[in-house]
Amino acid sequence: MSLASTLHRELGLTDDELAGIRARLEREPTFTELAMFSVMWSEHCSYKSSRLHLANLPTEGEHVVVGPGEGAGVVEVAPGVKVAWKIESHNHPSFVEPGNGAATGVGGIVRDILSMGARPIALMDSLRFGRPGRERTDYLVEGVVDGISSYGNAIGVPTVGGETIFDDCYAHNPLVNVACLGVVEQALQHGRAEGPGNVLVLIGSSTGRDGIGGASVLASAGFGVEAADKRPSVQVGDPLTEKLVIEACLELVRADLLAGFQDLGAGGICCPASEMTSKAGTGAVIDVDRVPRREPGMAPFEVMISESQERMLAVVEPSKLDPVLAVCHRWELGAEVIGEVTATGRLQVVSGGEVVADIPSTSLTDDAPILDRPQERPQSLDGFEAGTALDAPVDPAATFLTLLSQPDIASKRWVWEQYDYMIGLGTLQGPGADAAVIRLPDSAVAVAITVDGPGRFCRLDPYEGARLAVAEAARNVACTGARPVAVTNCLNFGSPEESVVMWQFTEVVRGIADACRGLGAPVTGGNVSFYNETEGRPIHPTPVIGMLGVLDSLQAQVGIGFRAEGDAILLLGATDGFDLGGSELAAMGGGEPSGRPPRLDLAAERSLHGLLGRASTEHLLRSAHDLSSGGLAVALAEAAFGGHLGFTVELPPGESWRTLFSESPSRAVVSCAPGRVARLALAARELGVPLTMLGEVGGEDLDFGDFAVALVAARSRWDSAFAESLSLKVV
Amino acid sequence: MSGSVGIVVFPGSNCERDCRRALESLGAHTTYVWHQETSLPDVDIVVLPGGFAHGDYLRTGAIARFSPVMGAVRDHANAGGIVMGICNGFQVLCEAGLLPGALRKNSGLKFICRWVDLRVDNNQSPFAARADAGQRLRIPINHFEGSWYCDPGELQRIRANDQVVLRYTANPNGALDDVAGVTNERGNVFGLMPHPERACEPSSGSQDGAVILGSMLDTAPAREHAHL
Repeated sequence: MSLASTLHRELGLTDDELAGIRARLEREPTFTELAMFSVMWSEHCSYKSSRLHLANLPTEGEHVVVGPGEGAGVVEVAPGVKVAWKIESHNHPSFVEPGNGAATGVGGIVRDILSMGARPIALMDSLRFGRPGRERTDYLVEGVVDGISSYGNAIGVPTVGGETIFDDCYAHNPLVNVACLGVVEQALQHGRAEGPGNVLVLIGSSTGRDGIGGASVLASAGFGVEAADKRPSVQVGDPLTEKLVIEACLELVRADLLAGFQDLGAGGICCPASEMTSKAGTGAVIDVDRVPRREPGMAPFEVMISESQERMLAVVEPSKLDPVLAVCHRWELGAEVIGEVTATGRLQVVSGGEVVADIPSTSLTDDAPILDRPQERPQSLDGFEAGTALDAPVDPAATFLTLLSQPDIASKRWVWEQYDYMIGLGTLQGPGADAAVIRLPDSAVAVAITVDGPGRFCRLDPYEGARLAVAEAARNVACTGARPVAVTNCLNFGSPEESVVMWQFTEVVRGIADACRGLGAPVTGGNVSFYNETEGRPIHPTPVIGMLGVLDSLQAQVGIGFRAEGDAILLLGATDGFDLGGSELAAMGGGEPSGRPPRLDLAAERSLHGLLGRASTEHLLRSAHDLSSGGLAVALAEAAFGGHLGFTVELPPGESWRTLFSESPSRAVVSCAPGRVARLALAARELGVPLTMLGEVGGEDLDFGDFAVALVAARSRWDSAFAESLSLKVV
Repeated sequence: MSGSVGIVVFPGSNCERDCRRALESLGAHTTYVWHQETSLPDVDIVVLPGGFAHGDYLRTGAIARFSPVMGAVRDHANAGGIVMGICNGFQVLCEAGLLPGALRKNSGLKFICRWVDLRVDNNQSPFAARADAGQRLRIPINHFEGSWYCDPGELQRIRANDQVVLRYTANPNGALDDVAGVTNERGNVFGLMPHPERACEPSSGSQDGAVILGSMLDTAPAREHAHL
């Protein structure tokens, strides 16, 4: 029997895939080749289950410079000003080893941005855990936050916002999705290995055994109970080296010394070597003996697929080699020539003078298998079609205060105060805002970014939930006065081998595609994370939408907090009091989510964005805040907390609790100076956006008419509830 | 023109760009000085910015004190030149023995990024001369190891000599005697945990950082920068 008779299975390859490898090589694979195929054909690197469906996403638009398929999407946000924007997951590593898992998640997305020639200027993270208060969950929360904090703070990139959501479906499979924004400093870089004869220079850390098989072992399989045994597959981060890699590489780009450039992440050297040569139609010879090691005795396959962090691969013309090495060495970084570009179309790996792998480059990338996996709608969804039967709260004031202390709604100050959210001096709106507003360095251009992913809605109706996710992200950006222009997405799902999960996936992709088309925000890239399950229990389908918006002027910027006593408070958009399926109010009762999520009307959503844009440009708004979890009640409270000002509102007649807690989409609560109400009302009428006068800013209370609570008491509850819910010692 | 400032850059420094932006907005001319340099360019003032010099591996500032440039910084200080260390720069100056005390982990054992209120307790210092006595300043902190400490005898001498320039009004990190910023005995070397460079623009919500940086720049002799 051949070498590969059972080994391929241990590496995560199926029998069919082994047959495919033999067919492409027209012989038996060597051990090194098998290892390279195992990482490049893993779900994580090849997108084999998702690629077919992702093709349905809209990817083109007037602002899009680079769409999916490169290190990061690139968008032109002002004439000549380009930003890179991308989100990625690091879920499995963060469960196995939360600190390093999350830290290297930050490091990985930062290098994606860097690979485009962009300086990383802002991070956001979207985190999911089980309900807090249990030791294991709280350990994960603390570890993940510490990992992001220690890495992001040290490399000098501010973490400007994000979301942290708690649901027991994530208890054994937390989600750590990290998004990064960068600004292209000079010339856009491309991950292409052009020009046979050019040399391949490996820049950054030495290569060790950490993260061997991270893509195939961790990211492309579910967990049993032995997760801790997989700890050697988690990479270890070194933020100091990452910081030096950023500065050195940007200097190389500024000096125009690079012919091609890509980061190393999942799949190690194997990944950029095969992708860059495939894209350029070239090949490469890599001498693994020339790769600087941090431990002795590594086999060629280990060197090729090791996921040691803080490394970049540059394609350099021989005449520019000396200056490239000089820049790296001045930054006290390793830089070694490890091979060269060839015209063979093959990725050849040499060790000790022997060829240990010789593979057509494209067979590792574009020519990898694509699967059309079976899909099946779960019958359990039938019961969700009906509306939600919720009883009116007996004591609405108590319900409101309980809502404010729910982990999804309570202030996450405990989390974000551990992040440097200010460095770079560009954070005009940071954590706690609807979207972070970032002024680009030495520029008058500002962008708004947010990440949103309502998993509960997607569990109940993946198509509608995905549309709601896109709409909410776009609305968050619109509330700051920005125009949503591009989406990066991180699609977190269970095992694609389950037909129900595949159905959820295709429904989510269909929903994202529809909403992105409807709102004019194409998808410029993203990431798919399957196998998010432990012991066979999948997470909610959780698409996380990273929305990028553009502000026409810094002055048009609007924040969420009330600004002045006596300002009018208005509700924009229509409320359906029965939009309580999957709501925070329903979830408060505990148990599995149920009911029908709200239905999104894309035209209404678009009109709302139009109104917010116009009102901010014409300086009609003092504040604007999107309505989402917890509905109007929570949005009003957050606007009050943001401005340290109370309010008095009068709700429309009827069951006021439904008005307060409904989570109908396409709504925002705004405040404006009394003298501007008429103009705002006129604009709303012209654009067909329902507008309701609610009341007035001022006083010491949150006065909802039917009941009132003191601002100070409510704020203190909201501010401290999350830290108190953690079982860890909180100081 | 108000002064020429050398901003020392260690591997892992990350606030050098923000310091440059803030100082230049106040009229200074700035030059980056890489840690491998053994001498300083022609500057009036030396600033050690925030960050994670040498990754803060081993202990904050513990490796940076051995960087070649520190000899030149010491000479500058010994000659009476003005030196300011912000956050990590403060930690480096303490490790180098140019400032009293040491910075320990925050009492909450967590990194803290937060706006804090400070009180100017010595406006005779060249680093706070633009402030009124007792003036409150709102400037953000951003650190894990920011809890300043020294032994009781030294604290007594520091207090008697009026070396504490800034104190927290609500101590965020457990610092001894609420110390946020302290000078050496001679008064020409100053370290502070808050980041004044982050509070210099209207968009940042407070411009109180300019009081500190501006006071420091006022110490520089007037001169033309022919090389500009």
